[in-house]
Amino acid sequence: MIKYIIRRLITLVPIIIGVTLVVFTILEMTPGDPAKMMLGDGATLEQFEAFNEKFGLDKPFVSRFFNYILQLFTRFDFGTSWLTSRPVLDTLKARVPITLIIAVSSIAFASTIGVSLGVISAVKQYSKLDYVSRLTAMVLAAVPVFWLGMMLAILFALKLGWLPSSGTGSWKHYILPMMTLGLPYSARILRSTRGYMLEAVRQDFVRTARSKGVPERYVIWKHAFLNACLPVINTIGVYMGGLLGGAVVTENVFGCNGLGSFIINSVKRKDIPAVTGGTVFLAMIFALILLAVDILYAFVDPRIKARYTAKGAK
Amino acid sequence: MSPLQETIYRFSQNKVSLIGLAVVLLLIFIIIFGEFISPFENGVKQNIRMRLQGPSAEHWFGTDAYGRDIFTRVLHGTKYTMMIAFPATFIAEVIGIILGACAAFYSRWFDNILMRVLDVFQAIPGQLLALAVVAALGGSLFNLVIAMLIARIPASVRTARSIMLSLVGQEYIDAARSYGSRDYHLIFRHVIPNSLGAMIVSMTINLSAITLQVSSMSYIGLGVSPPTPEWGALLSEAREFIITAPHLIIFPGIAILLTALSFNLVGDGLRDALDPRLRD
Repeated sequence: MIKYIIRRLITLVPIIIGVTLVVFTILEMTPGDPAKMMLGDGATLEQFEAFNEKFGLDKPFVSRFFNYILQLFTRFDFGTSWLTSRPVLDTLKARVPITLIIAVSSIAFASTIGVSLGVISAVKQYSKLDYVSRLTAMVLAAVPVFWLGMMLAILFALKLGWLPSSGTGSWKHYILPMMTLGLPYSARILRSTRGYMLEAVRQDFVRTARSKGVPERYVIWKHAFLNACLPVINTIGVYMGGLLGGAVVTENVFGCNGLGSFIINSVKRKDIPAVTGGTVFLAMIFALILLAVDILYAFVDPRIKARYTAKGAK
Repeated sequence: MSPLQETIYRFSQNKVSLIGLAVVLLLIFIIIFGEFISPFENGVKQNIRMRLQGPSAEHWFGTDAYGRDIFTRVLHGTKYTMMIAFPATFIAEVIGIILGACAAFYSRWFDNILMRVLDVFQAIPGQLLALAVVAALGGSLFNLVIAMLIARIPASVRTARSIMLSLVGQEYIDAARSYGSRDYHLIFRHVIPNSLGAMIVSMTINLSAITLQVSSMSYIGLGVSPPTPEWGALLSEAREFIITAPHLIIFPGIAILLTALSFNLVGDGLRDALDPRLRD
């Protein structure tokens, strides 16, 4: 088991290097001279040269890229902002918790509702509950996140006054972002879960279990559900990518000072190192999440578990 | 019945998908005939005295902060979203088919490298990839197409590759090879036509996702530039009036929702119509 985890951790390294290369290359195509953009036309030649030297912009692309990788892996240095001259890592440390709370609470919300309703919907196929939840899920899966956020804010903050509509402070501030991001994804997870459950329930082993007289409760949850679990977990992992992207927009809607709004503002101000650092960091988080999903997968799937524990035992 | 006729027949049995198709056709109709329904001028004419009015007989969706007719703006906003979504999806699908076919047909070595590269691209959340492209190139219609394209290609290649790999394993390919068919003949006459069904389904999913992504980008201010009446941009303008004039938010939002929803419905219907397990 540990061997599996270590092997997967090692594959993270080339992926992170690859991600950094992609982000670097894309941002390299920015037209214009960074020194001129940041310092303005009125600055002197010496000031331009000082800027370029400070941020290593006088070196060629390849050397800059390798230096970045080196400093990333040895010192966790994600670069220095052109605007503030402060390390990007500082901003990351301050803002990441907010984004993480939004992301984690959303996925927990979405998974809980999506999976449970998906299973029930599959079990009670063609019932009123099934049709209602499928219809709602269809609509919610197509709704734009930022629009849903504004509508929820109108309902809960304006009309009812129950929840604050922007900023971050108390736990209450996170409820609207959680619902905004969580509802569309709960809809998608519901539809996936329902599909996989329907397949699982039609399998032979379910018929066998029923004919053996196993109580229906166990048939559904211990047999059908656990088999459907694997692709569902996989699907949730894939949706995490979209969710992280959606968190970026949600932060903008609710005025939260998370990593997402940092990246957006940096893009608007053309602060390229900040964009690079923020994007690479988020990609790292996503990669770690996928890794966690894979490990969870290995724990749940008895076939993978058997392969590794049997070997170890021998 | 030929497979195509059978697919069409099965699709037409699904009422919900037919509604989706109707909406998609309506959108195309709006793009072509929008100018006749309500000229673009109506959405540009400012009339400050009539600003922030709710829906009325004269202004079906009300007016915005400058007194412009919102119905016209939403109507003409359709084409911006579609002008980005359709080319981006189409090109992504074509690239997906080309790379997928190469991966399925040619060396394992190429396939492995392709998979590694796709892994790297898919490790970056799509929205962030699009943000990076816009960071570099700036926000404009054309750049958004490129951004959406780059974000969608990996998934498209994966889908195409997996379909083609499963097709290549089938016996009729071996049979065709055994009587001397050349590779490119196999690709164009057998593999690609048979993978078209699943590719079209994947196209509809992409169209829906790009619609949502494009409006998100415009909403945060990194998409089209004002005063282009793209739906996300309309919602961005509406933000400061969320308390005083909620009607500004409702209509563009519903437009985005209906567009994405209808693509989803068509895609679902097509997928069910093509599913061999549901055949009698």
